[in-house]
Amino acid sequence: MSEEVNAALEFRDVDILFDRGNRRGAIEAALARLDAGETREEIGRALKVTVGVAGANLAVARGEISVLMGLSGSGKSTLLRAANRLNRPVRGEVRIGNGLAWLDIARCDDDTLRTLRKTRIAMVFQQFGLLPWRTVRDNVGFGLELRGMAPAIRRDVVAEKLDLVGLSNWADAYVHELSGGMQQRVGLARAFATDADILLMDEPFSALDPLIRRKLQDELMDLQKRLKKTILFVSHDIDEALKIGSRITIMREGRIVQTGTPDDIALRPVNAYVAEFIRHMNPLPTIVATAVMRRFEDLPRLADGMLDGGRIAVAPESATARLAGRPLPIRPHGEWQPGALCVVPAQLSLGEIVALRQRSGLPVLVEVDGRLAGLCDDADILQALCGEARFRPE
Amino acid sequence: MAAVVDVIKKHGLGVFDVITDVVGFCADGLTMLLLDMPPLLLVAAAMAGAWYARRSAGLVVMVALGLLFIINQGYWNETMATLSLILFSTLFCMVIGVPLGIACAHRPRLAHVLQPLLDLMQTLPTFVYLIPTLILFGLGTVPGMISTIIFAVPAPIRMTQMGITRVPRSLIEAGEAFGATERQILWKIELPAAMPMIQAGLTQCIMLSLSMVVIAALVGAGGLGVPVVRALNTVQVDVGFESGFVIVLMAIMLDRVCRPKDQAS
Repeated sequence: MSEEVNAALEFRDVDILFDRGNRRGAIEAALARLDAGETREEIGRALKVTVGVAGANLAVARGEISVLMGLSGSGKSTLLRAANRLNRPVRGEVRIGNGLAWLDIARCDDDTLRTLRKTRIAMVFQQFGLLPWRTVRDNVGFGLELRGMAPAIRRDVVAEKLDLVGLSNWADAYVHELSGGMQQRVGLARAFATDADILLMDEPFSALDPLIRRKLQDELMDLQKRLKKTILFVSHDIDEALKIGSRITIMREGRIVQTGTPDDIALRPVNAYVAEFIRHMNPLPTIVATAVMRRFEDLPRLADGMLDGGRIAVAPESATARLAGRPLPIRPHGEWQPGALCVVPAQLSLGEIVALRQRSGLPVLVEVDGRLAGLCDDADILQALCGEARFRPE
Repeated sequence: MAAVVDVIKKHGLGVFDVITDVVGFCADGLTMLLLDMPPLLLVAAAMAGAWYARRSAGLVVMVALGLLFIINQGYWNETMATLSLILFSTLFCMVIGVPLGIACAHRPRLAHVLQPLLDLMQTLPTFVYLIPTLILFGLGTVPGMISTIIFAVPAPIRMTQMGITRVPRSLIEAGEAFGATERQILWKIELPAAMPMIQAGLTQCIMLSLSMVVIAALVGAGGLGVPVVRALNTVQVDVGFESGFVIVLMAIMLDRVCRPKDQAS
């Protein structure tokens, strides 16, 4: 129930089908076959109906970045576009909460839909979707213009949003005078301009080169810290998904395979398909300390009551440690010196842990909620880098 | 066919008379207005217009030289008559053609129906429909203009349709995603995006109209076609070439001023 109150956007049993043959009753027949368990290929061949998305259930919580991941043709963009009805689901609900009640985007009337599109849901496109005959300013103000906002007020709002994405000096330029990265910043500013609380991003950075892509990802995350939008983000890049997503949904052939936090996906893939995705990810910036560490609860105790951490012995209660009979100093992350054990925060990335382990030559301790909770030694780090969980799901 | 024309003649002639009077009054009125003004003032106005449209000094010089040449050769009156004929038929063509083109782009079935009709209008020998227009509208500027419109209007229809159809799907979706109504999508996305094509349709329309001036002269419209027809009847090579050259000159000037600008992107 609490999930439901917090969710800003929710897909319930959404089926999206496209009729390629234009035959009467084809969609109904396809739905019946879908319910009978037939596959996408069978239905496509028999009825000339493309199953874009089948039986999708997904709740996007307020203020989170939820990433839809999958190969091309997996239905991720199709599902995203159902959120503002650029694709209309043939069955199921797409619900958007306004704090008091739910509204079904899939079935609401056209006026309500337009109002939602003007005020609640904005979109950023892969190919930017900017109007080439308009200046940057007029592109950013496009949504406000459609809403009928007076030009004078519009100018102020647009100036504010351009400042947000760092393009204040380019307001009077035309879109083709800008680089790809700048064009997509215009796309972002246009989406922010309407002050919609839900942002749909359809592979917004895929058309950019890798360096610019990473820069824009960082900018988006910075902006998100301030703006706290609810973002549904489509990506085919697992590193991008793990980097920016607070939740990740993996799709395959129109169906949702797994939904979870980046750690869930990276460390506990539900099947070989998800594991295959994870195999190609870069674990260093993605996996965090808590996912790497061995918990102190799981360590055996030595005769003197300290925990057996392999090379070192630790007593988390008294925050002391011992190496080969001699006591070891323990220092927090920022104040680490050679010869001491380092305590790192729970969210530190595997890459930094590896660097610390390399510099200190010692295991790294992990602090969770102000308490020492576990340690990362070579075996744990190697396990996280290429551990069993990533290759063979249980 | 003859019966149809008879029926129309018997019952509808009043309507055609009104059309003849109104259109004839407008076109001839414009001609007279243009002729009342001092030619050099008009040359200056045309130069200013060319500068405003293209910002090109070369073009302004070309327009000036061309018009002065026409004055020098003594074809100014005919040129003005032709100009007003072309302006009016182009105006009608655009007023009819652009909305029809938009409708065709939005309704493929209408385009499908209209397609053979447009082909017919462009391929049917002009003299064939010159006869009924003569019967219905009498001799003068109007039947010439009607024939010109029939011949030229498919161009703006086709170009507008093509322009609107080719608007990238992603731009339309961007409009939809931000809550645009169908009318807003038309005015704020489709028409601006199709504008170069519509402008190309306009230029084509002017060129096609120009190519009809001789035929229009045959049914009594004034203008540069008249000396050509006269030269043909009296086998005067020099007059024929002179007036033909003036027509070409006009075509080049109008084309250079009206053609769509090269897209920067």
